[in-house]
Amino acid sequence: MSMESSSARTEDQQWQDTGLRRDRTAFAKQIPLILLALAILFPGYFMLITPFKTQLDYSISKLGLPTQFYLGSFETALRGGRFFLWLVNSIIMAVGSVVVASVVSALGAFALARMSFRGRAAMLTLNAALMVLPPVVLIIPIFLLYARLKMTSTYSGVILVYAGLITPFAVYMLTNFFKSIPHEIIESALIDGASSVGILLRIILPLSAPALVTMIVVSALWVWNDLLIALVLLPDDKLRSLMVGITLFGGRYSNDVPVAIAGMLMASLPMFILYMVGQRYFAHGLTAGAIKG
Amino acid sequence: MLRTKRFTPYLFVAPMWALLLFVFGYPIVQIFNFSTRRIRGATGPFIGLENYRQIFTDDIFILSVKHNAMLLLAVPILIVIALVIAVFLYERVTGWRFYRFLFFVPYVIAIPVIGHVFSNLLSLNGAVNELLRSIGLGVLALDWLGSEKVALWTLMGVIIWREAGFGIVLFLARLLSLNEELLDAGKIDGANWLQRLWYIIVPELMGVIEFYAVICVITMAAWVFGFVFVMTHGGPANATQVMELYIWKYAFRIQLPGIASAVAVILFLITLAAMVPLFYLRYKDEGTEASA
Repeated sequence: MSMESSSARTEDQQWQDTGLRRDRTAFAKQIPLILLALAILFPGYFMLITPFKTQLDYSISKLGLPTQFYLGSFETALRGGRFFLWLVNSIIMAVGSVVVASVVSALGAFALARMSFRGRAAMLTLNAALMVLPPVVLIIPIFLLYARLKMTSTYSGVILVYAGLITPFAVYMLTNFFKSIPHEIIESALIDGASSVGILLRIILPLSAPALVTMIVVSALWVWNDLLIALVLLPDDKLRSLMVGITLFGGRYSNDVPVAIAGMLMASLPMFILYMVGQRYFAHGLTAGAIKG
Repeated sequence: MLRTKRFTPYLFVAPMWALLLFVFGYPIVQIFNFSTRRIRGATGPFIGLENYRQIFTDDIFILSVKHNAMLLLAVPILIVIALVIAVFLYERVTGWRFYRFLFFVPYVIAIPVIGHVFSNLLSLNGAVNELLRSIGLGVLALDWLGSEKVALWTLMGVIIWREAGFGIVLFLARLLSLNEELLDAGKIDGANWLQRLWYIIVPELMGVIEFYAVICVITMAAWVFGFVFVMTHGGPANATQVMELYIWKYAFRIQLPGIASAVAVILFLITLAAMVPLFYLRYKDEGTEASA
């Protein structure tokens, strides 16, 4: 308090000084952020304007705005690519594999989180290791086996493989979440005479809704974005996934860039809209497994 | 822990292990088996280590290993970008919500879409070069994907473009659970921004940084197929050939699964080696959890 009388002016200056410094660092921080934002927005801008250009427009300028509002590329893309069929195929495979994986992981994670038995620790470690094993290592024997069993180009065959590939992550996430449910809640159900399955179905799962939602979003995204397995196990044109479809589509229209990009734009919309709606689940789900460790 | 009959837990984990044994167990055993055989159709005669001898004398295989190793340079770049950006966002810079939304967008765009869009952007007369020429940087307008010298680095840039978002969100999530008093104490002690980053944030985040590093190493070594397949197909002149594409080519184009399996075995062992630090961390964690 006694300092107050010394000089109001210097205090004022000091305040201005730090204020100025704060401004300068805030500005310095904006530079890398803006650069990164531009790096992301630039391809986005390209994706948004190119489909509305004629081929002539595109050949004159790649970056300029279209001289006329042309929708023909979308028409050509929709005629040249079976986007709707691919979309349905991808949805069937994502839903099918997520359902299978959810059931086996919920059962497994329940035992791993809530029961003690020999081999539990080893199972947890092994499961975590499988989470990061790349599918390219596994695809050859699966392909040869499926060829022999005539299971290539079947929904069930591919769904089984996808379900297996996403199960380690699902188990890891659910186990961590199941562990965090307070024991008292379960104990009261035990007193009421509930069985193990009853506890899982009526107590644990309803309490785990947030973990289940993020697990489902992340797993579905994984299946949705896979290229290798769909490419190898689904050679049949009618069963193509969206990823394989647009890969081949892009190759076919490599000489007509506006059409190719129109297809890419349409194919990206479903996931982008889902991300806009459920941003929280995407970010949270993808990081949930890692933060714990 | 629930009290159960001795075999009950095993009934619960049985379906999961049946599935995992089929999708992981069977293939892992079989790649070792196949890698020692000359396979035509479903199986073939035992030829010992002949497949391995062949791949190690194939220049293209050696080149693809080298390329995967070069791609590892992206790991430190990704860590630095993700960490710095995450700290900025954590400090609530103006517009942080928008940035957080935007920076994760590449991660939800499918790899084939990214591949095609960037192939067009980066072609010799594409949008990127048009931009460079229009601002007088025409000398920098390279044939990004068509030149043997730069194609691999271009590919790496595109992979970084997509993968950085995951790191940012990951680090940000960990930062939000950080004890803020630590940083305040640092500020009071007069530590500047870089000092706080290096002496407080980095040590606190070491666990998640190591986790991200392992994920990045495995991605660069064994999870870039989509990018390469769509953007360059290994070209020009094998300049972007990588192990995954080599496996794919030998297994499904040339149809020599024995050779492809030998490469798969090598990739499996590399992944296993990369995982070691992850398990060391996990082990340490379980130890502290038990004692707490």
